[in-house]
Amino acid sequence: MPDEPLIRVENLRVSLADMTQKPLIGRAPRLEILKGLSFDIPRGAVVGIVGGSGSGKSTLGRTLIRLLEPTGGTIRFDGRDITHLDEAALRPMRRRMQMIFQDPMSSLNPRRRVAGIIAGPLRLHGLDRVSARVDEALDHVGLPRAFRNRYPHELSGGQRQRIGIARAIAMAPEFILADEIVSGLDVSSQAQVLNLLERLVKDLGLTLAFISHDLSVIRRLCTRVMVLQQGEIVENAATADVFDHPQAAYTRELLDAIPLPDPDQANWA
Amino acid sequence: MSGYLRIRNLSVALRDSGARLLRSVSLEVAAGEVRGLVGESGAGKSMIGKAVLGILPRSVEVVEGEIWLGDVDLLRLPPAERRKRVGANAALIPQDPLTALNPSRRIGGQVTDRLVDILGWKRAKAEARALELLAEVHIPDPARVMRSYPHELSGGMRQRILIASAFAAEPRLIIADEPTTALDVTVQKQILRLIAAMQARHGTTLLFVTHDLGVVSKVCQSLSVLYAGLMVEDTTVADFFRAPAHPYSAALLAATPKYTDPWASLMPVSEAVIDAVRAEVDAAETEWRDAR
Repeated sequence: MPDEPLIRVENLRVSLADMTQKPLIGRAPRLEILKGLSFDIPRGAVVGIVGGSGSGKSTLGRTLIRLLEPTGGTIRFDGRDITHLDEAALRPMRRRMQMIFQDPMSSLNPRRRVAGIIAGPLRLHGLDRVSARVDEALDHVGLPRAFRNRYPHELSGGQRQRIGIARAIAMAPEFILADEIVSGLDVSSQAQVLNLLERLVKDLGLTLAFISHDLSVIRRLCTRVMVLQQGEIVENAATADVFDHPQAAYTRELLDAIPLPDPDQANWA
Repeated sequence: MSGYLRIRNLSVALRDSGARLLRSVSLEVAAGEVRGLVGESGAGKSMIGKAVLGILPRSVEVVEGEIWLGDVDLLRLPPAERRKRVGANAALIPQDPLTALNPSRRIGGQVTDRLVDILGWKRAKAEARALELLAEVHIPDPARVMRSYPHELSGGMRQRILIASAFAAEPRLIIADEPTTALDVTVQKQILRLIAAMQARHGTTLLFVTHDLGVVSKVCQSLSVLYAGLMVEDTTVADFFRAPAHPYSAALLAATPKYTDPWASLMPVSEAVIDAVRAEVDAAETEWRDAR
């Protein structure tokens, strides 16, 4: 069904044990992180998920690709209910949904060479042409194939993040979750990584969920924006609408708080 | 004119290889001025603050230069005198409020330390002053917060406490090293406003280390831009944001996100610009080696 969204989420709830409040004996109280979210991610969309720390944006991301199991509601991926699938049943789905992590230094094994890092998931899923796929992935992210033999510590921050991206796209996924993937980078490499993502989304027909606390970055990359506050969606609209006519007070507050590189910015003094 | 902080030809190098991390940097911060120190990671901006405060890591050393605080060159003082001088006149607002506070001590003692140790105040007097300061940085119920541990407070509250303790001994110079980088954007705005208000009220000279030109445009009057330990631009905020003079700093500004202008911001820094500024760094390095 071409009209069906790639991901459909209905009344999604996630609660986790609050270990800071756990009594010495007995169960920890539950902390409600996501409070009944409903939304669609259409095929080919680039959805920005924004919110302050503790808003639940990373929990939402991890639940979408079923690194966490929801406590309520449903998640459908390509029409299939994946809400409570067990690990064995999820395995074939995993290839189709990949993640890029915030900190490339801690998400790349320092003892493996680039080729091994990118090939790892390919072998795990029993894909063929592993070596050729590694080369193609490096081509896609604009790194020379000679980088196959490098170790992560020999690369710059921007190059490491490209390896993280290469590892995700090598699996030829339909959906990629990117969680704060440029916030650790300098502005010059930030711009390069964003341009790369923009191009990959187009060339490979990806659907992307892009979690960020930075609305400026989201404006550039995303077609839709979802604003989370304390586990609830306060705004979910096309990017231009969110920036030109923010509906929620919290969205306006976030926008007004961004220090633009402009000494004459209004609302700041 | 003479600034309160004057750095002349400062070079800092790795002890083992001799490679320079700061390359003959000179800058002045006038009394009561707020100067931004900008650059990408590894540019050496934090290194300057550490050299001033005398807290450089053991692996590096100052190989030449002068650091004048008022009418004294800190680098010519014996270590004990230098510590005394810096302790009485300068303070640091660090980046990460969680690692800068001792997790096993109550807040009160951590704010009063400076007053007791450096100014030799009695504990009761120091505590009264700490209460005033916590109120001044808008901490609700200061008496309760004095008895709290760091983990009981939010990131924004912790950063307020570090600001209070930096201003506690009325230092003439404060070095703020990426003080809002770990904070949410809404909290960042409050903290930046707070630092600006405190600086204006106390007339403090402020060296503000940051990678974010947006932040610079809000709190600083002047700025210095560093690349690989070389200062490439040194100008006023008004001039810089109108027309940056150096191609590298212009590229840095064009790379800075600006949601009001999505297609004219977040521009990648071109290789030509990087090659040109690297050539400048190499030339400076050759010149320095030849002179020795």
